[in-house]
Amino acid sequence: MLLTTLMLIPLVGSIVVFLLPAAKATLAKQIALGFALATLVGSVLMVLGLDNSSGGLQHVESYDWIPAFGISWTLGVNGISASLIVMSAILVPIAIIAGWWDAENASQGSVKGYFSLILVLEVFIIGVFAANDLFLFYVFFEAMLFPIYFLIGRFGGPQRAYAAMKFLLYSLVGGLFMLAALIGLYVVSSRQLGQGTFDFQTLTTLNIDPATQKMLFLGFFFAFAVKAPMVPFHTWLPDAAAEATPATSTLLVGVLDKVGTFAMLHFLLPIFPEASKFYAPAIITLAVISIFYGALLAIGQTDVMRLVAFTSISHFGFIVLGIFVMTSQGLSGSSFYMVNHGFSTGALFLVMGYLVSRRGSKRIADFGGVQKVAPILAGVFLLSGLSGLALPGMSTFVSEFLVLTGAYAVNPTAAIIATFGIVLAAVYILWLYQRMMTGVPSKEVEESITEISRRELVAVAPLIAIIIALGFVPQVALNVINPAVEQVQTYVGVTDPEATVVIEGSGS
Amino acid sequence: MIAALIGLPLVGATVLLLGGRRTNAWGHFLAVAMSAGSFLLGAFLFIQMVGKSEEEREVGQHLFDWIAVGAFQIPFGLHLDQLSIVFVLLITGVGTLIHIYSIGYMEHDPNRRRFFAYLNLFVAAMLLLVLADNYFLLYVGWEGVGLASYLLISFYQQKPSAATAGKKAFIVNRVGDVGLSLAIILMFVTFGTVTFEGVNAAAESGSPSTITWIGLALLLAACGKSAQFPLQSWLLDAMEGPTPVSALIHAATMVTAGVYLIVRAHAIFDLSETARTAVVIVGAITLLLGAFIGTAKDDIKKGLAGSTMSQIGYMVLAAGLGPVGYVFAIFHLLTHGMFKAGLFLGAGSVMHGMHDDVNMRHYGALRIMMKITYATFGLGFLAIIGVPPFAGFWSKDEIIYVAFSQSLIIGLATLLGAGVTAFYMTRMMAMTFFGEARWEDDVHPHESPAVMTIPMIVLALGSVFGGMAMLFVGDIEHWLEPVTGFAKPEHSVSHSVLIPITLAVVLGGALFAWLRYGRRPVPVVAPTDVRFLTRAARADAYGDALNEAAFMRPGQYLTRSLTWFDSKAIDGLVSGLAASIGGLSARAQRLQNGYARSYAVTMLGGAVLIALILLLVRL
Repeated sequence: MLLTTLMLIPLVGSIVVFLLPAAKATLAKQIALGFALATLVGSVLMVLGLDNSSGGLQHVESYDWIPAFGISWTLGVNGISASLIVMSAILVPIAIIAGWWDAENASQGSVKGYFSLILVLEVFIIGVFAANDLFLFYVFFEAMLFPIYFLIGRFGGPQRAYAAMKFLLYSLVGGLFMLAALIGLYVVSSRQLGQGTFDFQTLTTLNIDPATQKMLFLGFFFAFAVKAPMVPFHTWLPDAAAEATPATSTLLVGVLDKVGTFAMLHFLLPIFPEASKFYAPAIITLAVISIFYGALLAIGQTDVMRLVAFTSISHFGFIVLGIFVMTSQGLSGSSFYMVNHGFSTGALFLVMGYLVSRRGSKRIADFGGVQKVAPILAGVFLLSGLSGLALPGMSTFVSEFLVLTGAYAVNPTAAIIATFGIVLAAVYILWLYQRMMTGVPSKEVEESITEISRRELVAVAPLIAIIIALGFVPQVALNVINPAVEQVQTYVGVTDPEATVVIEGSGS
Repeated sequence: MIAALIGLPLVGATVLLLGGRRTNAWGHFLAVAMSAGSFLLGAFLFIQMVGKSEEEREVGQHLFDWIAVGAFQIPFGLHLDQLSIVFVLLITGVGTLIHIYSIGYMEHDPNRRRFFAYLNLFVAAMLLLVLADNYFLLYVGWEGVGLASYLLISFYQQKPSAATAGKKAFIVNRVGDVGLSLAIILMFVTFGTVTFEGVNAAAESGSPSTITWIGLALLLAACGKSAQFPLQSWLLDAMEGPTPVSALIHAATMVTAGVYLIVRAHAIFDLSETARTAVVIVGAITLLLGAFIGTAKDDIKKGLAGSTMSQIGYMVLAAGLGPVGYVFAIFHLLTHGMFKAGLFLGAGSVMHGMHDDVNMRHYGALRIMMKITYATFGLGFLAIIGVPPFAGFWSKDEIIYVAFSQSLIIGLATLLGAGVTAFYMTRMMAMTFFGEARWEDDVHPHESPAVMTIPMIVLALGSVFGGMAMLFVGDIEHWLEPVTGFAKPEHSVSHSVLIPITLAVVLGGALFAWLRYGRRPVPVVAPTDVRFLTRAARADAYGDALNEAAFMRPGQYLTRSLTWFDSKAIDGLVSGLAASIGGLSARAQRLQNGYARSYAVTMLGGAVLIALILLLVRL
């Protein structure tokens, strides 16, 4: 019941907020924040209740839903999904605080509608990470699109309609492939078991012949690659992130995109181990391309929101790389990367949002010299940026390094090439900082840019604090993640390569 | 106890950065106190270490288990031994002096608090770098000093040249970081551990080619941090930072971290002749290149920066010679830390009295107005060109001696470097302190306040006695031997032959410069009808031109074409596809009239597709 209850908290919150009279905008915000914080407390209790000696699903609950098709309401978490739920539960109240005034000037949509939608989104986020019935997962996977669609389409920038529709179409097309593969998987399960099922744990026991595995794998993978997004299925993301409000972008890129990479790790590897191994070299190549493509495109952007979106495409390349090398460092690194990326990109989007809302422009060239007029805002910008380039001492460094280390043992070429990505990361972040923050401020900048407000600081400071804290005590997260990763390795049937030289007692 | 060394300046930086304006009034005193506290603690630990027998000198402090994923086990552990303690003393000793000096130098700067916060942050990161007990934790300190360096180079952020220089330093260093990352990854994959102890114990069992690759990757890292060829170009631009920063970070401590890394990883380099040879070649090229650049600079700080490159070239070269050279690399690093910091502080003192003008052609005859600066700078000058018994003589002489023992060509390179060093330093002395006064009427050169001159005097004393103290009292070879290993070269030219030759070369270089710049008037505007070599040296030996042609311009071209490709080709293809099916744009248009209806149409289309696929699969 724990996970269902956890979903009910934001659901109740969204209904309450929605039912308020339109005039009570402030109350709507406060109630939304209250429910988001309650969800956060609940999710922390949930992760504290995990038994870290086991990598299997925990807090499992299962109820029949459509028994005729073997569909059930099955929820459960392991360390990976639990840490992603906590990460999301931290980001939602932060997005609410940061987006406190986002909806005031929306041409369509009401203030209460905005915050109600955010809470609806949170319901589906928890659902999609906790679902362990693949049909249920599919339902949440698609259902998530709608609150985001409305958040972009109603509250976004001038091109919001185009961006929202593009986002929706991409996702729906990806979803269709997934649905087709899902049904195929159901057919296979009914052939093997006599009765079809969508239950994840049962599906891992199937013995699917390699040819079928490969076909089904591709269907799922396409959907997840669009969602992640990986090059060349990425072009919806910069548009969506640029048009959405910063709070929406934070949730879209910080959380929703993780569903793609999470599902690769959580469903694809265990259910299709042979196909995963078969396609791994090709996917690793695509991941390395994504790293560089995203980074170079980020360098080439003139719009600050699009720039941040492209850095994420580069980061997703690292995440996918770590998943498909299938070593414990790669898998744990990627899982931890997903958590860190949520915080880091969230912080970047929020800070950019602060700047854009002041200046009224997303063009990088319209800034310059901000450091002089708003030094604290510039400092927060720099810290968020440094987390984005994975500065040693920050949590993002630990995860990125784990991915590279894990990759090297399996595919040295990919690892060496990917390592050079850290140079480009420094270029896109520091050049952005130079263009926006340094120099002599123009008259417009001096007039429009004010120092970061207390509310804005309250929203972004926890993210930076977490990034630095997890840089020094990453085991807080890794201890939760590692058992689940071992379980994935067991499903796939892989073990870590041994060190070339093993010296007694030198490991510790 | 060891953690407190790092903790004190870290607390200082944190208080100053988070405390904001409230700490403006007393922030710099806190920073000085934290740095000085760290120095006193370091001195205490040093005395304690001296009192112990050789076997007991190495102490560790395991703080907690940092990262554990599968076999990837990284402790958050510190480690103090004979090598790290000399660094601790250098960093906190010179660091504290420069903190004190900065009280005077930055007195009128509105961002003084931020400056001292960054200085404290630097000291903390640098101490972590030399106290870490494994390569991965070292990386955190390594990048931490890089961050502090970035922040301090671009400290005058309103100046575009400063912002660019900071960014350039960071990015070039990131290329070096690729080397460090790959070295650590290779160590883990090969040995299953990245602690110094573990790698040292296991190194011999690694395959020769792997060991060589690890060594080369470490060399790449060292090239970035220590401004060695071919990653040297950032250091000259780094002079955009305030002068105390140039003294502390870009002369005495941070830029020498590459030397520390190589010596710390001696177990790797001991085993790979190829890697060592690469190190020696890099060192030899840089020592000549830096000295060459130094000969034509009119900017006093850039002249000293070229000199720093060159002197670190000596250290890298010595480290590349293996067990015969490690201790002398460190010895020269320590003496250089004192005299070069003193020279930079002297340059800062001159600038302080000259309205921040750095052009030596506008100086001249300053020995009359700035007696203390002249005296301290002069002692540093004698130390760097290697006049006995000043500090640089002892350490550089040992390197030249060892270089000759290994190879005639390398020996000659170090000898030539000594001559060129004497040339550019004499030129600097002559242009700054001698000759006729060339400054404008509204400039009133004056001596700096005591808060600045006292650190200069202390460092000048180090330039005089530091070498002798370390060699004869400290017995530096045998002090470091348990950590780095030490071997006497088998055969070399004897000292009694080499010293006179070296001194003759040095004297020749100095005399040549004196005749050109001391005896003849120096034009206020740099002459333009100069030979190719002078032009090349002024242009930093075309390092930047090369970088731009090889990386920057192709990179910009690639970025531009990819950006075009992404919006036109990839996005265009998908949009075109969508438009040809039902018209994405048309749908988007409809959306503007009423969301619900268009949305319903979309959903209907989706549902039909789903039904089709369902049918297909069922069949």
